[in-house]
Amino acid sequence: MIKQDISKYKHVWVFIEHENGEVARVSFELLTKARELAKDLGCEVHAFTVGDKVEQFADEVFKYGAKKFFVIEDPFLKDYITEPYRDAIVHLIEKHKPEVVLIGATTLGRDLAGTIATVLQTGLTADTTALDIDPKTKNLLMTRPTFGGNLMATIFCPDNRPQMSTSRPGVYKAIEEPAKGQVVKEEFEFDKSKYTKQIIEKIIEEGEKVNLGFYDIVVSGGFGMGSKENMKLIQELADVLGGTWAASRKAVQAGWAPQTRQVGQTGQTVHPKIYIACGISGAIQHQAGMKSSEVIIAINKDPDAPIFEIATYGIMGDVIEVLPKMTQMFKEKLGKA
Amino acid sequence: MSKKDFDVIVVGAGPAGMAAAYVLAKAGVDVIVIERGKFPGSKNVMGGIFYRKPMDDLIPEFYKEAPIERHIVEQRMWLMDDVSHFSMGIKTQKHNSEPYNCFSVLRAQFDKWFSKKVVEAGALLINETVVTEPIVENGKVVGVRTDRPQGDLYADCVIAADGVQSFLAKSLGLRKKITPNKVALGVKEIIGLSEEQVNDRFGIKDSKEGVTIEITGPFLKGMEGMAWMYTNKNSVSIGIGVIIDDLINHNMNPNDLLESLKNHPSVLPLIEGGETREYLAHVIPEGGYKSVPRMYADGFMVAGDAAMLVDSVHREGSNLAVESGKLAAKTYLEARESGDFSEKTLSRYQEKLEETYVLQDLRYYKNLPELLEEKRYLLTEYPQFLIDAMTEIYTVDGVPKPEKFRKIKGELKSRFGYIGLAKDLYTIWRKLR
Amino acid sequence: MHFLVFIKQVPDAAQVRVDYETGTLIREGVPAIINPFDKHAIEAAVRLKNQFGGKVSVVCMGPPMAEDALKEAMSMGADKAFLLSDRIFAGSDTLATSYALWAAAKQIIKEEGPVDVFFAGKQAIDGDTAQTGPGIATRFNVPLITYVVDIKNVDPEKKTLELVRLLESGQEVIQTTMPCFLTVEEELNTLSYAPLPYLIRAAKTSVKVLNSKNTEIEAEYCGLKNSPTKVRKAFTPPKRERGEMIEGDSVDGIINQLYEKIEPVLKTMGKVQ
Ligand SMILES: Cc1cc2nc3c(=O)[nH]c(=O)nc-3n(C[C@H](O)[C@H](O)[C@H](O)COP(=O)(O)OP(=O)(O)OC[C@H]3O[C@@H](n4cnc5c(N)ncnc54)[C@H](O)[C@@H]3O)c2cc1C
Ligand SMILES: Cc1cc2nc3c(=O)[nH]c(=O)nc-3n(C[C@H](O)[C@H](O)[C@H](O)COP(=O)(O)OP(=O)(O)OC[C@H]3O[C@@H](n4cnc5c(N)ncnc54)[C@H](O)[C@@H]3O)c2cc1C
Ligand SMILES: Cc1cc2nc3c(=O)[nH]c(=O)nc-3n(C[C@H](O)[C@H](O)[C@H](O)COP(=O)(O)OP(=O)(O)OC[C@H]3O[C@@H](n4cnc5c(N)ncnc54)[C@H](O)[C@@H]3O)c2cc1C
Repeated sequence: MIKQDISKYKHVWVFIEHENGEVARVSFELLTKARELAKDLGCEVHAFTVGDKVEQFADEVFKYGAKKFFVIEDPFLKDYITEPYRDAIVHLIEKHKPEVVLIGATTLGRDLAGTIATVLQTGLTADTTALDIDPKTKNLLMTRPTFGGNLMATIFCPDNRPQMSTSRPGVYKAIEEPAKGQVVKEEFEFDKSKYTKQIIEKIIEEGEKVNLGFYDIVVSGGFGMGSKENMKLIQELADVLGGTWAASRKAVQAGWAPQTRQVGQTGQTVHPKIYIACGISGAIQHQAGMKSSEVIIAINKDPDAPIFEIATYGIMGDVIEVLPKMTQMFKEKLGKA
Repeated sequence: MSKKDFDVIVVGAGPAGMAAAYVLAKAGVDVIVIERGKFPGSKNVMGGIFYRKPMDDLIPEFYKEAPIERHIVEQRMWLMDDVSHFSMGIKTQKHNSEPYNCFSVLRAQFDKWFSKKVVEAGALLINETVVTEPIVENGKVVGVRTDRPQGDLYADCVIAADGVQSFLAKSLGLRKKITPNKVALGVKEIIGLSEEQVNDRFGIKDSKEGVTIEITGPFLKGMEGMAWMYTNKNSVSIGIGVIIDDLINHNMNPNDLLESLKNHPSVLPLIEGGETREYLAHVIPEGGYKSVPRMYADGFMVAGDAAMLVDSVHREGSNLAVESGKLAAKTYLEARESGDFSEKTLSRYQEKLEETYVLQDLRYYKNLPELLEEKRYLLTEYPQFLIDAMTEIYTVDGVPKPEKFRKIKGELKSRFGYIGLAKDLYTIWRKLR
Repeated sequence: MHFLVFIKQVPDAAQVRVDYETGTLIREGVPAIINPFDKHAIEAAVRLKNQFGGKVSVVCMGPPMAEDALKEAMSMGADKAFLLSDRIFAGSDTLATSYALWAAAKQIIKEEGPVDVFFAGKQAIDGDTAQTGPGIATRFNVPLITYVVDIKNVDPEKKTLELVRLLESGQEVIQTTMPCFLTVEEELNTLSYAPLPYLIRAAKTSVKVLNSKNTEIEAEYCGLKNSPTKVRKAFTPPKRERGEMIEGDSVDGIINQLYEKIEPVLKTMGKVQ
């Protein structure tokens, strides 16, 4: 292992993920969390990103409390491609030496973080759901689920810097706390012949990116919904409740819902106040993404479905029968009829 | 012969198939074993009793390295009705030292270990592949077809050790159709307990020692069957097997039967609080000697359950499987000398089995299945009488002992009649002769 | 062409249960399997081999029993199998794991020739980090393409290929040169039922063991001591108690009951007055 002088590293950095000129919500969630960490460490929160036109995000970033925003702008970085992004970011980190680097555990974030950490030869904790500062050592304590959510592990990285973590979207609330910030622009010379990978096509499935973690009511449909048409039933209930809809992986694989709405180990993690699981058996991989919801309501026709083991309220019944009635009745009760 | 991929193909990696493959591989024969399960024993998740002798002849002192649960030092036999059981049995220190008598094993682990030895000996083991039919050319078995792409295999000889349903033996017309009065349906469970609980409840001092309990009697409501409990290291195997015809006639479901067994006041305290770990249902051939088929054809032999080699009276099967597998292999080795694998040469296999305890034991009980079928009351009424008699004798109620004995004698007379009793005894004696 | 697949042996997560008393996982009796994603990587490599010729090598770092995983990989059509097994790897985090696998891969390249496409699973179902693949790719300094769901237009002459990968918002098609490193999703393919000759060859072929003695792996980058991340504690999340089943004679009645139960929650959210 490469020995480092870790005292040279300072400040909590948050990666600002963006696509099509829009910042991913998880970046704001992490900025909010980073403020807490920075307070415990007695340092500042800094944001950083690379891309084509990224300075424009500065205002938003400062709204969530970043004191500095490090950017590298280059038209070459217009679309996300692992290697040039990595090289530019490594340049920023090596130059400014942050103590902590937080990246959203999104598809993009997880693609990027592993390769950055390898170049930096530092530790990276995957997919964390809790971050704390050890009051004694000031090390970052990163807690993460493994074994599909069955085992939690608290990981730390005592001898290497930066301490890196990817963090699940939807775990922290994004709360504004505007700061006066400063944009720091850096340059990076790309040897473009080095990069032999190019995007030839992008297929965007849904206009909006759904961040399920943003909603306090999630109505989720599984394979028991029976067909793509029937998924409307959960959408209607979600609309009435002012929540959003989601799906199990099996429903996604059946083509009834986009991957962006999948809840679970390989989808998103949600912690809504109310989670309504319709025709979902409750496999551990699904539970991994919703077990910490405050109230879980399960509708399933199999009394032995594992979902009932964790449901606050269980209804044994046919979703096709129960859901329309539920939508109708809730509509009346909530005064939306 | 057209093609040849191997000298011998063994179908099924149960005790019979593996014993055959082991002997062959040790003798330098190019042998392949085809098993449909994920690994040997994977379909056979439960515990059972494994007898030492035939295995010890094959792999001396195998129990020193094989995954054994406990060696059995006590075997109990219970006659049970709905509220009582009458217990007999033998516990002996003679079974508490090497080389031991028999063991409780978890087949999933034991078979896996056995298969390692077989592979080490030089056999090829192919898992997750189902043999779908024998390949027959000119009336001779020359290989097998599997469900895999490019799945045909050719060999001098095929040994079918594919268990009680033996598709191979059936498709060659060797086996008669099994009728539901000749097979039992067995259901078993493994109930997890701590080592200490097992020791305390079964009166065992050392966690290496084990107990078996075989149970029969009127609790079976006149159905022919047997229940059993075996101690594993930190679990108890409990199961019940009943002739399928009886289940149908009594409109009984084996799961309910097992549940009521588990809740019987004599059984419950032994397993209470344990967690069911695994559950299995399986068919047991109970036809005995008379259902044993011709066990050979041109280029073909049948071993183990596939040849209906189960001694249902003593709940022996795996030992007969090992023994028959061994003898099939030896017969092949002899045939190889002359390069002749015809029906005539391989018929030596069945002769060999007749010379051993395998077929001798089965022959001894050959009339029993019919006897029990005719006289089901033998299984209920005599045991009930014994239980009642014992209860009477042990009940201290001020009735003088001579009167009690008179009463018992009177019961015997009124329930069976002396003539009936004599007849039954005579029949049993005659049928077992 | 030469394809090298990294496979991990993992406990079958579906069968792992939690012991809430001790706060640990019950792994006893849980079968070890090839990480499900990795099977699809093997399948993809074998299909490419069958289409374009060449061979498939597989490597697994793990204890001796990981040989079973490699044997299974060969049954699926892999030609060469390497078990990277040494006590010095114990406790490795992903940085140390990717170092060891990279060093082993270099040894494999020495023995079997250069690799065109490296494969790994998207993530392991036990450790769940999805970091090992990117780590190895980075060390080889080859293009990394994660979350691959389709492989198209392979050109062995020009040494290029196209990959369809999942994005949060859809998919993208990437063209890249070889050698390159893919981490794959289950949707990439459906596993085929391997022909019998593959199984027979697997049963006959032995797995080659690599360790610190027969490779140029340096111990100072391996194992717990040389892993920057350390596990400080592991615990099971609190058990969620089974709630109540709402029963009634009519669906309407049941929904009414449910509504009454969740009304307070809806109120705190301002959904009802
Ligand atoms: C590595 C890995 C990662 C995974 N990641 C995820 C993940 O992120 N998210 C995820 O969800 N899964 C994931 N899975 C898959 C997971 O194991 C399950 O297969 C999946 O969650 C099952 O989806 P389901 O509950 O919709 O379908 P099923 O398990 O088929 O359940 C359907 C349920 O609907 C009920 N039902 C049927 N008809 C009706 C009706 N008319 N009315 C009421 N109920 C009805 C049935 O009783 C049943 O309980 C993963 C698996 C693996 C191996
Ligand atoms: C409930 C129950 C309890 C028992 N308890 C005991 C006991 O305590 N002690 C005892 O000695 N015996 C006991 N027996 C009997 C004993 O299990 C059998 O006699 C013994 O397993 C027979 O061994 P075998 O090798 O002939 O068959 P099996 O063990 O049945 O093995 C046959 C193998 O062939 C495979 N196979 C089948 N068809 C095919 C095919 N087409 N292609 C490829 N592979 C195939 C199967 O997967 C299996 O692995 C019990 C049986 C039952 C059902
Ligand atoms: C509770 C717990 C938490 C942990 N958390 C972290 C953490 O946050 N950060 C960290 O750096 N380490 C962590 N580790 C260590 C990490 O699990 C190991 O380094 C492991 O060997 C590789 O990581 P993974 O299981 O996440 O695999 P992944 O990186 O998810 O695996 C992806 C792919 O890499 C390949 N691969 C992975 N392992 C092997 C292997 N042994 N042989 C061949 N190919 C392989 C496979 O193709 C696999 O599909 C943790 C370990 C434990 C027990």
